[in-house]
Amino acid sequence: MKEISIEELKEKAIQLRKTALTMIYGAQSGHPGGSLSAADIMAALYFKEMNVDPHNPNWEDRDRFVLSKGHVCPIQYSALALRGFVPYETIYTLREYGSPFQGHPDMKKCKGIDISTGSLGQGLSCGVGMAIAGKRDFKDYRVFSLVGDGECQEGQIWEAAQTAVKYQLDNLVVFVDNNRLQIDGFCDEIMPLQDLEKKFDAFGFETKRINGHSMEEIVETLDEVRVAKNGRPKCIICDTVKGKGVSFMEDVADWHGVAPNEEQYHQAMEEVAGGLR
Amino acid sequence: MSILEKDLTVKKATREAFGDEIVKLGKENKNIYVIDVDIAKSCKTVNFIKQLPDQHINVGIAEQNAAGLAAGLATTGKIPFVSTYAVFGSLRMLEQIRQEVCYPNLNVKIACSHGGLTPANDGGSHQAIEDMGVLRSVPNMTVIMGADYYSTRKLVEQAAKVYGPVYLRFTRDTVPMIYDENEEFTIGKAKKIKDGSDIAIIANGDTVRLALEATKELEKQGISVKLLDMHTIKPLDREAVVDCLNIGKIITVEDHNILNGLGSAVCEVVAEEGKGTVRRIGVQDQFGQSAPYEKLLELNGITVENIIKTAKELI
Repeated sequence: MKEISIEELKEKAIQLRKTALTMIYGAQSGHPGGSLSAADIMAALYFKEMNVDPHNPNWEDRDRFVLSKGHVCPIQYSALALRGFVPYETIYTLREYGSPFQGHPDMKKCKGIDISTGSLGQGLSCGVGMAIAGKRDFKDYRVFSLVGDGECQEGQIWEAAQTAVKYQLDNLVVFVDNNRLQIDGFCDEIMPLQDLEKKFDAFGFETKRINGHSMEEIVETLDEVRVAKNGRPKCIICDTVKGKGVSFMEDVADWHGVAPNEEQYHQAMEEVAGGLR
Repeated sequence: MSILEKDLTVKKATREAFGDEIVKLGKENKNIYVIDVDIAKSCKTVNFIKQLPDQHINVGIAEQNAAGLAAGLATTGKIPFVSTYAVFGSLRMLEQIRQEVCYPNLNVKIACSHGGLTPANDGGSHQAIEDMGVLRSVPNMTVIMGADYYSTRKLVEQAAKVYGPVYLRFTRDTVPMIYDENEEFTIGKAKKIKDGSDIAIIANGDTVRLALEATKELEKQGISVKLLDMHTIKPLDREAVVDCLNIGKIITVEDHNILNGLGSAVCEVVAEEGKGTVRRIGVQDQFGQSAPYEKLLELNGITVENIIKTAKELI
């Protein structure tokens, strides 16, 4: 964990949003909606909470991060670029031939990616494997995973969840980016998830529900789960807004996987630069 | 003693070989893990659980999760063996194996009992006839089926020692013990059981015993047979297949669909070389049913008699 103020973290979130938008605009391809909804969580993880070393990305005692909703990798790539895992200029190569920034995270090509992801529902199982290894090896590292609410329609998420509880993985922290949207529309219309907080709680997780755009709440919650070595995996349901920070992208399903044009890009950059309303 | 003179009435299932070898490997290397999916008893990992509980995980009836969990373990330096049945280990877990194991080329082994038609009375739902072909199509994957108890032990041992994804397939039923305990096997290298000049028979897994019986009979009738045990179908021992082309007449025998398995792999080499003829003996692109194992083999022409008949037609 690093010492950093809430204000500084908010500034990091702005930088993450700007970098991700620039990356997607440059590639004219990628997923802005979910990248923006996850930006504040990612800022808190990469600039405060996680013990990672950009100069030694495979350090065996590092905290792990599993982006189970792999399509929002522009926001993780932004964090890796801003933390110095890769040269900042890499952001201009998203989705290009030979780039470490593949369309979905590739651990073989990009430093700081702990597992390749991209097919929804699968990442959390990998995180569970990493967390079990940490327990068995008496290591102190923790495993953080970001899953989407729509992604929780995949049955494998729940297979992984029950395993995390059985093996008492209090070193596992699952964030649900609860932005209520999926590609075809609102989750409630496509396939209602009911109460995810109750669901994870029923599975045996220590579950919290917060505003995923309040840096104060994110940091406070991370402080709480850091000390709760009680044999229970943690789940933080983060109520978020898809496209958060860009007025015309907010809550619009069509911004799931579309790049902004030049005009939209400049407007978006201006809006996110001012911070969240 | 020549393998052709061995007493083939001494039998053991190759799933037993996995169960025995994995305990030995686990004791030697604390990074070896077994992940069970509620079928530890029939996959023969019970001794591993008893002796090495700290290297064991049972995720219950959740194969997809098992594959992903194994990938996560592998990123930390563990060598996980996911132990299940061949239908689940190849098909239920396929996308997880592709995305999380093979795409990042992680050191995960998929160890599957109940290969081919051997879960005979369980019926067509449980008979894995496509597994090796399906996994042969996935980059980075190695695909193996040993012919008997000792060869399977050696191949499991090697699978643990080579880096990367490996799919291993075992028999539920007992098969004759063909090889001696000290026989050596190398992943990707065919085992030449016998040299010959009239016809080449290339078999793997539980059909090697049938090829062996057919070879004995053909030899008695004056036909000289070259017999290979192609335990690894990927990477295929191309050189060994090319070496059969001076004979030019090849029969493949497998307990697997004739599409995409050993027969197809051999045909690819033969076609690319532009010479030689292949006849494939195997499952005739049809599902099985509940029946005695030998009956199912017979329904697909996977018999000693059919190997002999095919050989005679070919030469």
